[in-house]
Amino acid sequence: MDTIDTQAAIAIIERENDKQGALISILQQVQEEYGYLPEKILHLIARRTQNPESKVMATASFYSQFRFEPSGRFTIKVCQGTACHISGASKLLDVLEEELGIAEGETTKDRLFTLETVACLGCCSLAPVIMINETAYGRLTTNKVKKIINDFRNGRTG
Amino acid sequence: MASFSQGGGVLKKRSKTEGTRLKVGLGACGIAAGAMNVFEEARKTVEENDLPIRVERTGCIGMCHHEPLVEIEEKDGGRILLGEMTPEKIAPIIAQYMENGHIDPDNIVAGTDYITENDPFFSKQYRIVLSNCGTINPESIDEYRETGGYEGLARAIREIDPDEIIREVLDSGLRGRGGAGFPTGLKWKFTKQAAGSPKYVVCNADEGDPGAFMDRSTLEGDPHSVIEGMTIAAYAIGASDGYIYVRAEYPLAVSRLKTAIRQANEAGLLGEHILESDFSFDIRIKEGAGAFVCGEETALLASIEGERGLPRLRPPFPATKGLWGKPTNINNVETYASVSRIIQNGASWYSGFGTEKSKGTKVFALAGKIRKGGLIEVPMGITLKEIIYDIGGGIKEGKRFKAVQMGGPSGGCIPESLLDTTIDYDSVTKTGAIMGSGGMVVMDEETCMVEVARFFLEFTQNESCGKCTFCRIGTKRMLEILERITNGLGREDDIERLETLAQSVKSGSLCGLGQTAPNPVLTTLRYFRDEYEAHIKEKRCPAKQCRGLISYRILPEECVGCGVCLKNCPVDAIRGEKKQVHEIDPKKCIKCGICLDSCRFGAVEVR
Repeated sequence: MDTIDTQAAIAIIERENDKQGALISILQQVQEEYGYLPEKILHLIARRTQNPESKVMATASFYSQFRFEPSGRFTIKVCQGTACHISGASKLLDVLEEELGIAEGETTKDRLFTLETVACLGCCSLAPVIMINETAYGRLTTNKVKKIINDFRNGRTG
Repeated sequence: MASFSQGGGVLKKRSKTEGTRLKVGLGACGIAAGAMNVFEEARKTVEENDLPIRVERTGCIGMCHHEPLVEIEEKDGGRILLGEMTPEKIAPIIAQYMENGHIDPDNIVAGTDYITENDPFFSKQYRIVLSNCGTINPESIDEYRETGGYEGLARAIREIDPDEIIREVLDSGLRGRGGAGFPTGLKWKFTKQAAGSPKYVVCNADEGDPGAFMDRSTLEGDPHSVIEGMTIAAYAIGASDGYIYVRAEYPLAVSRLKTAIRQANEAGLLGEHILESDFSFDIRIKEGAGAFVCGEETALLASIEGERGLPRLRPPFPATKGLWGKPTNINNVETYASVSRIIQNGASWYSGFGTEKSKGTKVFALAGKIRKGGLIEVPMGITLKEIIYDIGGGIKEGKRFKAVQMGGPSGGCIPESLLDTTIDYDSVTKTGAIMGSGGMVVMDEETCMVEVARFFLEFTQNESCGKCTFCRIGTKRMLEILERITNGLGREDDIERLETLAQSVKSGSLCGLGQTAPNPVLTTLRYFRDEYEAHIKEKRCPAKQCRGLISYRILPEECVGCGVCLKNCPVDAIRGEKKQVHEIDPKKCIKCGICLDSCRFGAVEVR
């Protein structure tokens, strides 16, 4: 944990801190930079923004966007929207859990994939949909999902 | 003004043209369907062959069922829409079109001289908010201005007194499009009259309802219309700062908004001394961090302030005590986009659409088991039947309609017997559903209504912020009951228990999330009580969806022994030699349905 470089976080806090209501923006930018919210940085944010640690932690844990463990290189978000749900999204999640050997919210040992669910990606007419990093994949079947995962594993992304 | 007078003609000829253009629909759903590869390929083809045609990007025209979509805008302004494009198809199409102007009709889904007039997908629509979506390049302020964009703002600042603007919005009859339907002009009036400064204008773009993508498409396809509407509101109310609270799950919308804000600043339409007047207004983007409750206005304000998104007691309403305790006007994306058009074209023009109490048009995201899903905009007063059967083309794969879900987790399921319901705030509310922000998910005979209720309760239970006991614990207890019913363990008195809990959660919650959370349960109980009873009393799921109540088996007379199901089964529950009839071991089977999906011979049966 001590190997985490705090310079980037300090720069973010200094840039944002005098703006009103900056805490969430700071957390978002820190996560963007580090991939997650390291404990050490959360302490640092509390100190530098003069917020109690309880408040920083309460805010960070309230929002589903924030994570406290490093994520994989590719974050897979399985859409749980209504249209996806009635088009078999839970089957996609089953297949992904099976294929990756992890449960929702976990990261594979090789740190390649993190598996998450998301409320709705808003691509309902392409249901069921998953998003990998910032690209959405639609009209999926269990077989297509397996193929996509294999493509990512073999470096043929997108 | 002329740009709207031709009615809903979505693919009408463009009066001003700049030669042949090829526009690829690059909304998030277009991209998900592969439009980016089509765009790159089209660009490459044009560059390599040095063809006199410009390849550009546009937003979503709403025919999501034909994605990826490409439009060819002809030299004379005529427009041809091509559907289901692929990188392989696009190069030969461009080559042939440039050679002799011909396009194989099989690739055409609509166009100025094609089927648009008779195609109910377009002819029953009237596009006000979406008039630019899928037509202009959303990253070009010039194209927005060519359609009359920012004329309303200019007219407002140069010619109209702020009070007069509020009156115009009141006269238009516009009601908040976020779902509750509060008159927009009245909200503005209250904010203006409230003591305190500075005042704020906030755009709620935290589109969180599962099954809704209206605001995403508007922000991706026509971001300037929202910025213009907010700026008009700020001028009318006397605000100098604005915030757009947008979901982080919409990265493309965020980036297009940023571009649009920068362009508007550069053009003197935002920032200091707008259009050389004394009026200044800035807009900042706040990205949501993934909490559904932040769609509730007081929770949203708390989130902008950098806090946890916990709702606050109303009154005081945000109009008097909002962001940082100051008077704040909050409207959603569609409301602001409507305002731009109203000030541009006048209140009486807008109030000419719709019914007596619900004026104008409403955008819906039509999805689920419908043949032509997509983004549509219809005049208020149209019936559900017209939307589902004329615009949407009916149910996919010839299945039977069961219900349409409106209003997301706060709404309800409307059955077939009520399909003549007209779209207006009061009629929809009467069914037990709500107008909501515009999500419309169609369900067929294969959708289990108890399971749908469970799905929504799981969602609201998960998203409850935990502040109110009834919402926090009541939804949890309701979810547990629904889970046991769908698992085949329902008890005789579960329906009554659900009804009692539903009333308690409704009356014991502070904000809209808890007050409406029981609606999906109450409407399904009202219209589909027999399905609940079948689950509880007969231990049977009529839609054959609930895993605890179904079993899978392989029909010996259909099975060819290809082994595909065996290979795909995640739990090795299928046995059988090659070319021999296979068998499912019910003890091992987890009822995931993968065998059913992968069998090409229809040999898997669900009972």
